[in-house]
Order: sequence, then structure tokens, then C-alpha cells
Amino acid sequence: MEIITSILAGILFATAIYNMLQKQLLRIVIGTALLSHGAHILIFTMGRLKTGQPPILIDGIESYTDPLPQALILTSIVISFGVTSLLLVLAYRSTQENGTDNMEQLRGNENE
Amino acid sequence: MSNLAILPIIIPLIAAIVLIFFNKSVHISRALAKLFSIISLGTAGYITWYVLEHGSVILETGDWIAPYGIVLVMDGLAAILVLTTNVITTACAFYAPHAGLEKRERFYFYPFFFFLITGVSGAFITGDLFNLFVFFEVLLMASYGLIVLGGGKVQLRESLKYLLINLFSSMLFVTTVAFLYAVVGTVNMAQIAERVQEVEQQGIITTIGILLFFVFATKAALFPLYYWLPKSYIVPNPVISALFGALLTKVGIYSILRVFSLIFVHRTDLTHEMFIWIAGLSMIFGVIGALSTSNIKLIIAYNIIPAIGFILLGIGVLNESGISGSIYYLVNDMIIKTALFLLVGIISYVAGTSDLRKMGGLIHYYPSLGWLLFLSAAVLAGLPPFSGFIGKLLLLKGAFEQGEIAIVIIGLLTSLLILYSIVKIFINGFWGDKETMGNIEKKPIKGLLTPVAALLALAVLLGVGAELFYPSIESIAAYLLDPEIYIDSVLKE
Repeated sequence: MEIITSILAGILFATAIYNMLQKQLLRIVIGTALLSHGAHILIFTMGRLKTGQPPILIDGIESYTDPLPQALILTSIVISFGVTSLLLVLAYRSTQENGTDNMEQLRGNENE
Repeated sequence: MSNLAILPIIIPLIAAIVLIFFNKSVHISRALAKLFSIISLGTAGYITWYVLEHGSVILETGDWIAPYGIVLVMDGLAAILVLTTNVITTACAFYAPHAGLEKRERFYFYPFFFFLITGVSGAFITGDLFNLFVFFEVLLMASYGLIVLGGGKVQLRESLKYLLINLFSSMLFVTTVAFLYAVVGTVNMAQIAERVQEVEQQGIITTIGILLFFVFATKAALFPLYYWLPKSYIVPNPVISALFGALLTKVGIYSILRVFSLIFVHRTDLTHEMFIWIAGLSMIFGVIGALSTSNIKLIIAYNIIPAIGFILLGIGVLNESGISGSIYYLVNDMIIKTALFLLVGIISYVAGTSDLRKMGGLIHYYPSLGWLLFLSAAVLAGLPPFSGFIGKLLLLKGAFEQGEIAIVIIGLLTSLLILYSIVKIFINGFWGDKETMGNIEKKPIKGLLTPVAALLALAVLLGVGAELFYPSIESIAAYLLDPEIYIDSVLKE
């Protein structure tokens, strides 16, 4: 199971980087969203996957799910959700103000 | 007394929440902002005194014992950085009402301002790698709000890039924490340090360390990763630029200092040797950037990069004079960068432009402004007896002790060029005939100058009264060089 999720994380990272290198703003936003998904799945995998075990450690119990990675992912998901929605609004406003969504034309010059 | 450790996070948080309710009445929010910043400064001063007198304060939140729960560690380094942060906050809170922000003040300027301080203080205090990420996000979220406040064409364009680069490095940070968790099985910094020590930092751990360095280097704007900084730091209002320039990159370099003096210290031939070269390249490229432009705001923004290089040099050499030099320079640079950003804010306000080629003869109208700028140039470049000199002296002494002669020469040359880049503002902007700019109208700037003058007085005091401050800085450096003390104080009480 770990192998499959690792490969999934890798695919997500690859598509995210590909999208972030595009010129169109919306593609870049989608790229960042995919990137955070990849990171979350990676944390999940790093905490070792187990099915149907309680997240509690009592003396004598060998098999348990580690609750820490899940707490980490929860925090991280909330943060990336907030940032993604902010990024979408910002991209929309920026496109409206500047009249273009092409990163090549959004470079600007020095004395403004 | 362990609850002291959380006060620098709680007070700005309460201030931000209270100020949300007063966003429509500018006068009340100005008064409240000043009041809260002074309360916070007083608390930070008391905490610093307490920590330097009685040793670290450690708060185990919710009574969860150290490696399991979240810990806040207020040691000497965190305490003086929190104190410096609060000094800067107070200066900015007194500058902001005069900075022509009125419309932005109604759009939640002060709440964002205090959320930023919450994040910065939290990042300094936390003893937990994942919490460091969370506080990074808190301060970044506030900075996204501040940088886009006003919503001009250029601002939207530059904030987009700023947001994207920070989002990318944050996700890299989470990934690195995940790797580290898989290898050592904990996110508590003291416990990570203990376990890395046990396995003597083999292969994979050094790789994770370097990955972590790249994350922090992006936030601190070190050599190959600084290109996002200058443009995005000059687009918002000068007060906001000052806060960013003083605090955000410094949180990044603080994290490098913490992590590479506590956790990854067993393979210095790989990591710390690399730091010295990156420090040298940051100095060279930063100062080239500063010399290349005639936009006064950009000159100051580019000057952040060599300063970060100097601090990294001290971490790279990792001996007592190097580390104490880094801490001294860090505190000095936070104060002087705020002063400089606020000063160029005033200059571009009175001149009506930030292009040096269109300025001249300002000294006839604003003599005090000119001399303050000259003084801050001297402090920044490290002319004796000012505070920049003490920091640089310690850093170069540390590099000499380690036998790194090349970096000493680079450092000295860079300092000269930094001095030139600031004096260029003085020569082009303030010298010359009275008529160069036409007859300009004299604007009242007393309210703007007072906080800057106070900051500069503090910077001069740090240099002239170095004997007062040096013993505590030296003891903090000795403390940082011995990770055992940190580990013991957090894990075994």
C-alpha cells in the first residue's frame, strides 16, 4: 500500500510542477493545489499506513495507527485550502486589473 | 512562571482580534494599536530580563509532557529576538498614522499588522518543527494580506509572485517535515536533536538537513533564491515594507541558526562549509543588485541580501565569535533595516518620486532627514563605533579563527560597496542646488521622523554601549554551541 501511495504522491508532484511552469495563471493555481495534495499524501505515507487500528497507545498493544501524521495533514489541509482560495481571488483581480493572465506579460519594469 | 513564554503570542493576537471590531473608526484603532504595542514591548522587556537572569522558560501546553505535546521554548535567543521585534512594532505603530494610509487603515491594516507579529513571535518561540511551519503560515498569511492592501495594478502583479514562491517553499517544508518524521519519528526539535546525535547524522539525515536549509533559504532570500524579494518588498506602503524587510527574512535566517546549531551539527564539513560559500555569494550578488538600480526603495531592498549573507557566515563558521557576531548583527540589522525603509519612505514622500535621477538638493529643505539617512548609512556599513561594526568585527574574527581568509576579504569589500550604495542616495538626493527639483512645497514630516530617530538612537546605543550588551550575547552564543543544554532543558525536568 505504501508503494502505491508513494507513486501517487510522485505523480501529483510531477503534474503540479508541470502545471506551475505554464504561463497561464489558472494553470499555475491548479498546479499549487495539486502540489499541496501531493505533500499531504506524502505525509500520510511517511506515517506508515495501517487498516482498522485504533490511534491509541496502551501498554501491551503492538499495532496502532500513529495519530500524529493525521494531525499534521489536517493542519496542512486547512492552510492550503485557505491559500488556494486567496490565490484564486488574487489571480482573478490581477487578471482584471492588468488585462492579461499571461505570466510573460506580468513581469513589469523597474521604476514604477 | 512558565506561562510567560506564551505572552508574546497571545498579546498581539488579542490586539488583532480587538482591532477587527474598530476598523471603521481610524482614531480609536490608532490609539489601540499604540497602546497594545507598548504593552507588548513592556512584556517582552520583562521576559528578556527574566530569561537572561533565570534561564530558559519552557511551557508545555495543556500539560502534555515534552516529547508528546507542543512545547514553547523561550530561551535567550528567542527572548532578545522577540524584544527586538516588539521595538520595531512600536516604532511602526507610531509611524503608521502619519504615513498617509488612512484608506488602508479602514481595510484592516492594524489586524493584519498584529497577526504578522503573532506569527513572527510564535516562530521565534516554538520548540516544535511542525509548529514552526504553522507559525510561518500565520505570518505569511498576514503578509499576503498586507502586501495586497490597496490593490494597485503593480501590487497585485507582484503579490501574486510573492504568494506563489512562498506557497511552493511551504509545501517543500511540509514534505521535509514528513521525511524527517519518517526517519526520526518525532517533530519535537529537542528530541530530533537527541536522536540525530545517537545515529551520528548519517546520509539521509544530512540530505533532509540540506532540504530544510533550502526551504529556509528561500524565505530568508539567500544567494540563488533571492530573486523574488526586491520587487515584492517595494510595492506596498513603506511601513509594510519596513516590517517585511525587518522581520520576514530574519525569521528564515533565525530558523537556519536554530536548526543548524541544534540538530544538524555533526557533519559540519558538508553543510557548514557550503554555508560559507553561499554567504559570500549572497554578499556579492546582493550588493551588485543594490548598485545596479537608481530606485531608492530597490536599493534598500537589495541591501537585505548581503546582510543575510553576513549572518549566515557566522552560522557557517560555527564558533563562539562567529555565532555571537551573527546574533549581534541580526538584532542590529532588524533595527537598521526598519529605519532605512521608513527613511526612504519619507524621502519618496517628500520628493514625490523614488527615482534618484529626478531628485536633488533636498538637504536645503529637510536637513534632519538628510543627516538621519547619513547616520543610518554609517550604521549599516559598519563604521565604528556603531552597532554594525561590532557585529561585523565579531563575524570576521570568527571567520579568521576558522582560517577562511577569502570570505573576510569579500566581507570587507562588500561593506564598502554597501556604504557607497546608500551614500549614493545622499549624494544624488540631498546634494546639489536648491532649484534642482524646482520649488517644492515643504511638507510636515516631524511625526514621521520621530520613530526613525528613536530607532537610530537605539542602533547607536547598541554600538557605543556594546560592553553592556556583549556579555549576554556571548552567553547566548555559548549556549547555542552546546545543544545538550537545550535538549536537557526541554526533555528532562
